[in-house]
Amino acid sequence: MRKSLTTLALVSTAALALAACGGGTSEGDATASSSGGASSAAGGGGTGDDCTLSDPVKVGAALSLTGAAGSYGTSQKKGLELAAEDLKAKKGVTYDLKIEDDATDPKQGITVFEGFVDNGTNVIIGPTLSNTAFQAQPIAQEGKTPVLAISNTATGITAQGDYIFRDSLTEAQVIPQTIAKAKEKYSLKKVVVMYSQDDAFTKSGFEVIEGALKKEGVENAKTLSFSKADTDFRALLTEAKGLNPDAIVVSGLIEAAIPLVTQARELGITAPIIGGNGFNNPRLMKDAGAAAEGVVVGAAWNSASSNEENTKFMADFKAKNGAGPDQFAAQAYTGMLLIDHAVRAKCSAERDDIKAGLGAIKDLKTPLGTISINKDRDAEHDAVVQVVKDGAFTVLK
Amino acid sequence: MQQLLNGIFIGSIYALFAIGFTLVFGILDQLNLAHPAVFAVAAFVGIELVEVAGLSIWVALPIVLLVGALLGVLIEWVAFRPLRGRPDAHFAGLISSIALGGIFIALLQARYGPDTRRFPADSFPDERYTIAGAQVTLLQVAILVISIVLMVVLTLLVRRSRLGRGMRAIAENPTAATVLGINVSRIRTSTFALSSALGAVAGALFAMNVNSAQLGMGSAIELKGLAVIIVGGMGSLSGALVGGLALGLAEVFAVQYVGSSWRDMVAFGLLFLILLVRPQGLFGARRVREV
Repeated sequence: MRKSLTTLALVSTAALALAACGGGTSEGDATASSSGGASSAAGGGGTGDDCTLSDPVKVGAALSLTGAAGSYGTSQKKGLELAAEDLKAKKGVTYDLKIEDDATDPKQGITVFEGFVDNGTNVIIGPTLSNTAFQAQPIAQEGKTPVLAISNTATGITAQGDYIFRDSLTEAQVIPQTIAKAKEKYSLKKVVVMYSQDDAFTKSGFEVIEGALKKEGVENAKTLSFSKADTDFRALLTEAKGLNPDAIVVSGLIEAAIPLVTQARELGITAPIIGGNGFNNPRLMKDAGAAAEGVVVGAAWNSASSNEENTKFMADFKAKNGAGPDQFAAQAYTGMLLIDHAVRAKCSAERDDIKAGLGAIKDLKTPLGTISINKDRDAEHDAVVQVVKDGAFTVLK
Repeated sequence: MQQLLNGIFIGSIYALFAIGFTLVFGILDQLNLAHPAVFAVAAFVGIELVEVAGLSIWVALPIVLLVGALLGVLIEWVAFRPLRGRPDAHFAGLISSIALGGIFIALLQARYGPDTRRFPADSFPDERYTIAGAQVTLLQVAILVISIVLMVVLTLLVRRSRLGRGMRAIAENPTAATVLGINVSRIRTSTFALSSALGAVAGALFAMNVNSAQLGMGSAIELKGLAVIIVGGMGSLSGALVGGLALGLAEVFAVQYVGSSWRDMVAFGLLFLILLVRPQGLFGARRVREV
């Protein structure tokens, strides 16, 4: 036992020493690339579309390819890879896209971010979940490496530092647009609000709902809370039904959404159900079946959006992957477009130049719509309000 | 009226789950904490049978019952039998059954991943009735009937059959039972099989009822099951039935009259009160005869 312990100690010391060496050299690289100067490969000639950079821009993506959020991360990966290919056709700037798996684990997310910051990566994309982002982003902020979040919707993501940007609309941006649209369409006067109270994401969604209802002058007849592990909502829904609302507004994750919607229809509730981002998932129609009809969900993107950029993106994605993209892929693809725009703005891959470029994006046409980055480093564009019709999300008009 | 029915339906599933729990406890004086895992495994197996094998729900349920029984045998062989006769067999069995339950869940996760699964949308005829203004689905009625039938069968089995006599003898005094020539090992195994079969059916029914099966569904109901058997009187079958219904109703009416955020507190608070007033539980006969 004693012997094996000694061996263990020796091995780990050796490993530490190696790691230290590794860290040392890559730190050197990072300084070289960020100190820049005229001789640096990161700068180049021309601007905008004429920009040429001799070396590829190093883009590091930390995605959840495995673990609970694995399906989201895989979709994002496809979007990024497609964008890197499409951008190659634009000439002048090439992208060295490195995708690492954070395994839906904040600890691993931190490790991946540390790797990117240390090896001179010019800009970081990701991570997939807000939860991981909150823990990993400070590392990039400290290392003065710009980060572009492509799927995180929690409030406070970009408040972590001036190097953090995002292209995904927050709940706070989508929900008010959804409620305004639904009010106009269904002439809402009185609604019941339901939310899961033990989840930070759905709780903040609830607060946004409350604010939006107040602003639109819609009465909230009653707020009903549940726990995210709950699967039986009949008691709550019976209570809601008794109040005879024009709609039920729900802030919950997809795990709750499916039983909730099914049970509501079982109890004979015919009023529209308006969901937050958690409802924006094709599984809603697959698993709730006919009960999902008439559910209203706001989203940052819809496959039916007919702008030119989206049509091209849809076609390219289908050609490459065989199946159509989802919102995660669209936001990932758009993320690369934003980075390309930022790089070309100053024709430089310097971290600080990309940061400045991202911050200056205004009215850029993308598959998500026309995007501007606001002073809080969040993207702004119109949300799409969708309604489930014949088993698919269609744009609510 | 609707809330009353809601409470009865969910309560009958709690009861079915708790009866399995209390059966082992009443007869063998051991708490089988792998029971919640059986609950979850059964739901996933049931979904697999309907979705992949394409069986009708009426064929799948008896198979789930059998799978549950087999799991029960496995639990007895792996988690309880090797530890029998040790001075600390009660606690050791408690821990080893937790371990086995954990293994079941891990296997389930390896096979199905962490995603929520459900029965296909059309696996049960979507018929609805209106009773005194309340909406009831055929599925809910079926769940109630299945639960009641299983409970009645179990009670008859314990009261009337040879196996039941053996069980009651062991509950009284295992040593005396052995002396009288009762095969204690076999009856122990049968008890576990029966208990897990009930837990398994409860799991499949629950997944159908709420249209959702998650890996953690067992642990979500575990505490409720424990509460039900304590309130009903440890080891009492009718106590578990009444306790289950009481908990279901308490939850539902807590939502109605107190507020949804307070549901668990009101339900468990009530249970706590019952314990204070009647420590032996509603139907506990103070160790005179269990089961």
